[in-house]
Amino acid sequence: MSQIIIDTGNHIAGYACKAARAEVVAAYPITPQSSVVEQIADFVEKGKMDAKYIRVESEHSAMAACIGAAAAGARTFTATSSHGLALMHEMLHWASAARLPIVMSVVNRAMGPGWNIWSDFSDSLSQRDTGWIQFYCADNQEIFDTIIQAYKLCEDKRVMMPAMVCHEGLILSHTSMPVEIPDQKEIDDFLPPYNPPWILDVDKPITHGSLIYPEWYMEFRYFMYEALENAKRLIPEIEKEYGKRFGREYGGYMERYRCEDADLVLLSMGTIGSEAKIAADRLRNHGLKVGVARVRVFRPFPKEEIQNLARNPRMLAVIDRQVSYGMEGPLFTEVKASLCGTEDAPLMAGFIAGLGGRDVTFLDIEKIARKSLKYLETGKAAKEVEWIGLRR
Amino acid sequence: MVKLKELPKEEYLLPGNATCAGCGLSVALRLAYKALGPRTVLVIPACCASVIHSPFPNTAFATPCLNIAFEAAAAAASGVVAAYEKRGVKDVTVLAWAGDGGTADIGIQALSGAVERGTNFIYVCYDNESYMNTGIQRSGSTPYGAWTTTTPTGKKQHKKDVPLIMAAHDMPYVATASISYPRDLISKLRKAKEIKGPKYLQILIPCPPGWRFPTEKTVEIGRLAVQTGMWALFEVESGKLKLSGPSARLVDKSKRKPIEEYLKVQGRFRRLTEEDIGVLQKWVDRSWENYERLT
Repeated sequence: MSQIIIDTGNHIAGYACKAARAEVVAAYPITPQSSVVEQIADFVEKGKMDAKYIRVESEHSAMAACIGAAAAGARTFTATSSHGLALMHEMLHWASAARLPIVMSVVNRAMGPGWNIWSDFSDSLSQRDTGWIQFYCADNQEIFDTIIQAYKLCEDKRVMMPAMVCHEGLILSHTSMPVEIPDQKEIDDFLPPYNPPWILDVDKPITHGSLIYPEWYMEFRYFMYEALENAKRLIPEIEKEYGKRFGREYGGYMERYRCEDADLVLLSMGTIGSEAKIAADRLRNHGLKVGVARVRVFRPFPKEEIQNLARNPRMLAVIDRQVSYGMEGPLFTEVKASLCGTEDAPLMAGFIAGLGGRDVTFLDIEKIARKSLKYLETGKAAKEVEWIGLRR
Repeated sequence: MVKLKELPKEEYLLPGNATCAGCGLSVALRLAYKALGPRTVLVIPACCASVIHSPFPNTAFATPCLNIAFEAAAAAASGVVAAYEKRGVKDVTVLAWAGDGGTADIGIQALSGAVERGTNFIYVCYDNESYMNTGIQRSGSTPYGAWTTTTPTGKKQHKKDVPLIMAAHDMPYVATASISYPRDLISKLRKAKEIKGPKYLQILIPCPPGWRFPTEKTVEIGRLAVQTGMWALFEVESGKLKLSGPSARLVDKSKRKPIEEYLKVQGRFRRLTEEDIGVLQKWVDRSWENYERLT
């Protein structure tokens, strides 16, 4: 029987880890991730979850232990935030190049200094090129559903890559919402046990991760590239299957809201995408044709879906909760790159908002929309990205 | 103590591996493999061992091996152990096999953590007293006065005593060994294999290119290290240190050869002055006083 529970995003990530039957969890606490691993520790110690829980001494060791466990044939899970994710960086490359389908909950938090425990995407977006698949969630139900689907995707023989399922610290991590936890048997039917193509087995010895000369290295990197191309195909398929079984879909790569006839589409990730729906509704009440698109997957990047989305509206406004110093918001860069060379690309403007947990309200988003619509009137957007609500 | 002729004839470190001539590590690994047998899974961080098994697609290891990042051997081994425990895989020895840099320096945090958690594995530090794989740079395990490429006038600090740091973790088994005393080495590994929980062994590995001596002298220099007291063979169990093998007879200072005999045959100690030798001799004597206190 499925059940509805009311709990925080972090606890729900723990429920998803349990429902996915992770066999080894190796984790280190960090604010605001801690209650994910506390929830799992509680499940394991009370016998509600049959897993080995390794209380490692650092995030670097958390990922190293997950790599060891996955290589020895176990389904693995970990969770982290911010500086913890940054410390893992080396092992993120190791996990993906070792082709181990580790799933990690990333509770997005800004990087220091100064110390800041609130949310932005500077932690996970800094890991863009590690080969990890990246999902971004906008509510607690989506956290649960995405973690289950991530295992299915990562463990597919055509993929065999790790994934991070991100949700914003405090905004989701510590906010309770009703979430449906499906019947365990139905989850087991959707997600069969991990069946890896290779493991550390004394009866079939292999040496993994040997020195590899330039004559072969590129081929292995191409296989990783190919794996993420395969993931690109499989993400919508897996979501459809999940939707059929459990009745919930999020639009694949992108959740779209009132985009059909929109002049302006507001593009963002995570909870800003939810808040933007309120802004769009209010603007529509004033006769302004505004739609919302929320990018759910940053790697592989949905280039084709962005191109599709860009066909109708006359303008795209991209709101980034992260900045790439010396350039602009990373989502803005990727969106522009996706549209490079397409005919009649819409007018585009980039906005930076909500760094270090600064609130981004629907009123802020309305301001972004109105500013963008002004650009549309003149046919010209500002040359520089704009920082929303900046005091100077 | 084990008889050498009783050792398995099977080789698990296969011919054609990429060690330097006279490599002490290949002796250690060959013996360790024979001591532990084919149901051994190696976890190897960046170190000479990660190179000697040969580049892809070849391997000189007859049992499974997971290569892992420099500081991560003990943590990755923890994961392997946990997965085997969860999956019910039995009678497999998980052996983390790391150099002194990966143990005394960059890997000490992961090692300390894995031991504190009671991980059921053997961690071997093969100690060639420098970063040999990267071209002879100083490590925390390099002795005072030794030349390395990053201590061109000799190291100014003493060797870090990792075995006693590990003993301070109150772990089930800590031992030191030498490739020049293979029966002692094998006995210790076999003993470690039978003990549940974390086991730490540090094996001194003379390195011809790094220590600057002729390739045929590896075993001889390993023996001199023990005879001069520069390297002591012991075991620590339940907080008690027990000198073993030839070291058991060297507690009396007069029984130990002067360290000059060990130093003068290695190019890395060529620049040592009389004063330096005095400093090093004092350190050796102090280490032994410490061992005595712990017995």
